[in-house]
Amino acid sequence: MKISISVNGDKQTHDVEPRTLLVQFLREQANLTGTKVGCDTSSCGACTVLVDGESAKSCTMFAAQADGSAVTTIEGLMTDGKFNRVQQSFQDEHGLQCGFCTAGMVMAAVSLLEEIPNPTESDVRIGLEGNLCRCTGYHNIVKAVMAAARVK
Amino acid sequence: MTTTTNPPDFSGGPSPRGSILGNAVRRFEDPKILRGEAVYFDDLSPTGLAHLVFVRSTIAHARVTNIDTREAETMPGVVAVYTHENIGLKPNVSFAMLPDGFARPPLANGTVRFVGDMVAAVVAETRAQAVDAAEMVIVDYDPLPVVVDPEAALADGAPILFPDLATNVAIEFNFAEADPELMAEAEVVVSGRFVNQRVAPVPMEPNGIVVEFDKEKNLSLTVPTQAPFGVRDPVAKEFGLDPEKVRVRAPAVGGGFGAKSGCYVEYLVAISAARQLARPIKWTETRSENMLSMYHGRGQIQYVDMGLKRDGTITAVKVHVICEAGAYPSVGAFLPFLTRTMAQGVYEIPKVEFTSVSAATNTTPTAAYRGAGRPEATAFLERIIDMAADELEIDPVEIRRRNFIAPEKFPLTTVTGANYDVGDFNKALTEACRISGYEELRADQRSRRERGDTVELGIGVSTYVEITAGGQFQEFGAVKIQSDGTVEARVGTSSHGQGHATAFAMIVAELLGVAMEDVRVVQSDTALVPRGSGTSGSRSLQIGGSAIYNASVEVLEKAKVLAAHLLEANPDDIVLHDNARVGVSGVPASALSWADLAAAAHDPTRRPAEWTDDEGLMSELDFNQGDATYPFGAHVAVVEVDTETGRVNLLRHIAVDDCGRVLNPLLVSGQQHGGVGQGAAQALYEGVSYDSDGNPLTGNLMDYAIPSAAEFPSFEVSNTETPTPLNPLGAKGIGESGTIGSTPAIQNAVVDALSAMGISHIDMPLLSLRVWQTIQDTRAK
Amino acid sequence: MIPASFEYIRVDSTEQVIAGLAEYGDEAKILAGGMSLIPLMKLRLATPTVLLDAGRLDDLSYISDKGDYLALGALTRHRDLETSDLLAKECAVLRGVAAEVGDNQVRHRGTIGGSVAHGDPASDLPAVLVALEAEFVVEGPSGSRTLASANFFKGFLETELSETEMLTEIRVPKTGATNWSYHKFNRRAQDWAIVGALAFRAQDSSRVALVNMGSVPIRATAVEQALASGASHAEAADQAAVGTEAPEDSNASSAYREHLSRVLVKRALDEALV
Repeated sequence: MKISISVNGDKQTHDVEPRTLLVQFLREQANLTGTKVGCDTSSCGACTVLVDGESAKSCTMFAAQADGSAVTTIEGLMTDGKFNRVQQSFQDEHGLQCGFCTAGMVMAAVSLLEEIPNPTESDVRIGLEGNLCRCTGYHNIVKAVMAAARVK
Repeated sequence: MTTTTNPPDFSGGPSPRGSILGNAVRRFEDPKILRGEAVYFDDLSPTGLAHLVFVRSTIAHARVTNIDTREAETMPGVVAVYTHENIGLKPNVSFAMLPDGFARPPLANGTVRFVGDMVAAVVAETRAQAVDAAEMVIVDYDPLPVVVDPEAALADGAPILFPDLATNVAIEFNFAEADPELMAEAEVVVSGRFVNQRVAPVPMEPNGIVVEFDKEKNLSLTVPTQAPFGVRDPVAKEFGLDPEKVRVRAPAVGGGFGAKSGCYVEYLVAISAARQLARPIKWTETRSENMLSMYHGRGQIQYVDMGLKRDGTITAVKVHVICEAGAYPSVGAFLPFLTRTMAQGVYEIPKVEFTSVSAATNTTPTAAYRGAGRPEATAFLERIIDMAADELEIDPVEIRRRNFIAPEKFPLTTVTGANYDVGDFNKALTEACRISGYEELRADQRSRRERGDTVELGIGVSTYVEITAGGQFQEFGAVKIQSDGTVEARVGTSSHGQGHATAFAMIVAELLGVAMEDVRVVQSDTALVPRGSGTSGSRSLQIGGSAIYNASVEVLEKAKVLAAHLLEANPDDIVLHDNARVGVSGVPASALSWADLAAAAHDPTRRPAEWTDDEGLMSELDFNQGDATYPFGAHVAVVEVDTETGRVNLLRHIAVDDCGRVLNPLLVSGQQHGGVGQGAAQALYEGVSYDSDGNPLTGNLMDYAIPSAAEFPSFEVSNTETPTPLNPLGAKGIGESGTIGSTPAIQNAVVDALSAMGISHIDMPLLSLRVWQTIQDTRAK
Repeated sequence: MIPASFEYIRVDSTEQVIAGLAEYGDEAKILAGGMSLIPLMKLRLATPTVLLDAGRLDDLSYISDKGDYLALGALTRHRDLETSDLLAKECAVLRGVAAEVGDNQVRHRGTIGGSVAHGDPASDLPAVLVALEAEFVVEGPSGSRTLASANFFKGFLETELSETEMLTEIRVPKTGATNWSYHKFNRRAQDWAIVGALAFRAQDSSRVALVNMGSVPIRATAVEQALASGASHAEAADQAAVGTEAPEDSNASSAYREHLSRVLVKRALDEALV
């Protein structure tokens, strides 16, 4: 079936099997491999993207469900060559190590800050419950999201 | 592959000592990752790629009576289906110290020995087609008796995994005759049985491989590995190839934690298939597959006796370890050796008796996992000394202080043969107590108990010393000035998330005066680096970094000779100026840039006559530290235990880790945070489990509970700095310390919370069910 | 990770769903948010051959005030529930429990109808709906019927919905409940409840419900009756496990679940019934 998704502002039209997951569409059809797959039970959140502005696990959506939607991936967060505030704070606060959870973590944080602009540490921790990281103990991830929230 | 540069921000700024080293330099690796541009193996899709999917055993132990691949072969897109019959691979010996009889046929040859053992491999044009076809491979099993528990595996009449060996014993360590007088000096003997449970490493990126062929049809492999040469050499050997003709690259790697070391048999199957089909092949593990196929870690049952005087002085320790090696014993079977090496820990212990036996069971094989044998040592020591403190009514901090090896004793060789370089254990513990407010915490604990609060406070202490760069003391490093004055630094270690490109660029920049962004660090590619042991055992900065350090020093010395020659000056008068030029002291204006010097080094008319070769301004060497280093530290954990539900809440975790001189505090604290997180996860949440038929009960990330941010507090990490004399950086490893120190501190804290009830031990993971059950059982007594 | 192949049909109306169900029978599954179905399909534990994607039936996404009850479209997302001003005013307990479902990503896509129709006794919303005495409007080939939540859940992942029916609306009577408490006891924040205990005060009665204490969401009637007859919170909470059939798994024994239900109900009562 043919579907069309606006990915980072580009209209991506591809012929896919119905069973194609959004993450496979992004990685294999749109060639945007920044979005990662870390599990197969919708637990780890590495595949998190924004679908119409809200965080979603792209492994738990068929591409067909996103037909006609606007999807933002990690590749689409920069504006005029500059990092989004969350990207910048992840760099500044050493919020990543191996980087495999990072795309999903950043996208989840972008969505979280849309919904809770001035989060407490607890808001951030609970707000990221669906994203797993194995390197950082979450310490600097949380610090980075808190720092990003202070950038208005 | 190479990692380069363009740091957006050096907000660390110049340090008080006028040095880059010691500053919190932001990582060069991050921008690419944060733009989604870093390339991991699964991001590669070379032209002509076919996809490989394994058919894995669903039975823990069985004869395979038939494999019917006919229907699978006719499925759409299927290129080939392989079994033992046509894959053309020999049984694989993954660890040389173990009997060859434990060798693993990459695809089962008549017997499967754990759920996840591979029976067949399907290659198809797309991954979906391969998955569909793999479902159609029909395997007939004739079940055999299963043994999951390692103690049961050692009992008479146990099912034997390899009948030819007639035993499940993979390896035993038994260093001396049992000493009947071992506990003769003891006034008290405290005993315990501790289970250091099997855990799954779970790097966020699962395993896999991309097999390609270069223009000369030589193998070119992209593997998420910690040690590219550790893949290259076994591959070359298996296929009878010249190692130089096998290229192995580790691209961006999504974590390893020890489990991405060595050459997985899955790689060999993918390579053999690719060679037979003469086309590129990719295998990407699913997470559920990863939970079965990637080596597990830990897995020790420990019987521990500690003898003490009534004043708390330790007289002897006796340990017997039963280690779970899994179905095809590998590195994991050997790790009790490291447990034994560290069995004396931070204490003066006149006599240590250690025995171990590693047993094959119908489970996933075990290997190194963040700490690899050393966390298990710290765990039993810190548990048993707390039990002794409880028995002798001595404060846990005090009993440790009474037994610490004093700082003036270093260097020393322990009774188990470890050559401790330098340490100050009480300094770290005192600092951890200060930061935690230890006395106030005890007061809070008392007042909760006095008012009958059902939520108890627990304070847990652990002190540790561990081995870093053990066994692999040598590493390759090279530094070369490029024609444009930038620097290429090559190294045999292999970063997979640690930030080595940043750390090593700092060293070069420090010594050669160049900007960090002008240093290109090359690693993780066997075509670009001649040799290397990769990254494991917390070795990379101290060994690889020291190689880069020494190579930089040599380049500077050469540059001084060259500058003296060009400027017709005495080499002793040549210095590196603040403007990153090399010239006569006090005369920066005439000094030469690195680009000038690089050009001159390649010009026979300008360089000294005795410089006959044209290698340029470079140094290539191997640094050998000669021995391991021994980082140490002290952790304090503060928990609440809800005695009505058994729930444990980690309130605070204080880690004071001494890894010698700190090169980049940002990277060091990041390692501490991550280590504490993983150690806390073992203490509180994680444990691989099987039912009695060997079916995994924790085969995906819903069932296997990797904690999230919501389960943890922020961690309070800091350092004491006791430089090691063994390398020019003064650095020891930090990658594993957090894991080693944190787990027992948290376990001790939970037990401490419940100590007033008479509870002296609870095994990990300290999930609410187990804690509650222990409380119930204790109250019923 | 890769589901088995299926035919995908995007439906534009409830009628099309009903027609599709009539045509394909138990081969077909309705896809709402997909938060329960897609994970099962990825592990090939569910292999429907036809998916009827109802995700674009925007007319089934609403929260409206119908006087003495609130009407919730089956495709109303958890996110819409947890941010609804109307629910804040009229049914804070439903809003609060919705905020406890899954994680943010799940709540952005998951729907109340999907959660109810899936019939998982470990999920949060069915229990609160049972306690609220909600009604479920179901459309089928022979028209619509309204089912009481008390009779809707039949067993583990089993409901009154037939293969040819679709849940379209959830009707929640206004109870006037303002104080409520939900204790979701789980291993990790993202996990399902090992046990969940819910309490709130309606105009006429105290309501208590339990999550994951049997094959269906459970109304703790013994607790409610004890409260009605004047028992203390502690005495009433002691009745929490009465009539339950607590499952046993690696996270909890039945005895532990029963114990947790008593402890958590007590805490919920203390917080909700002040």
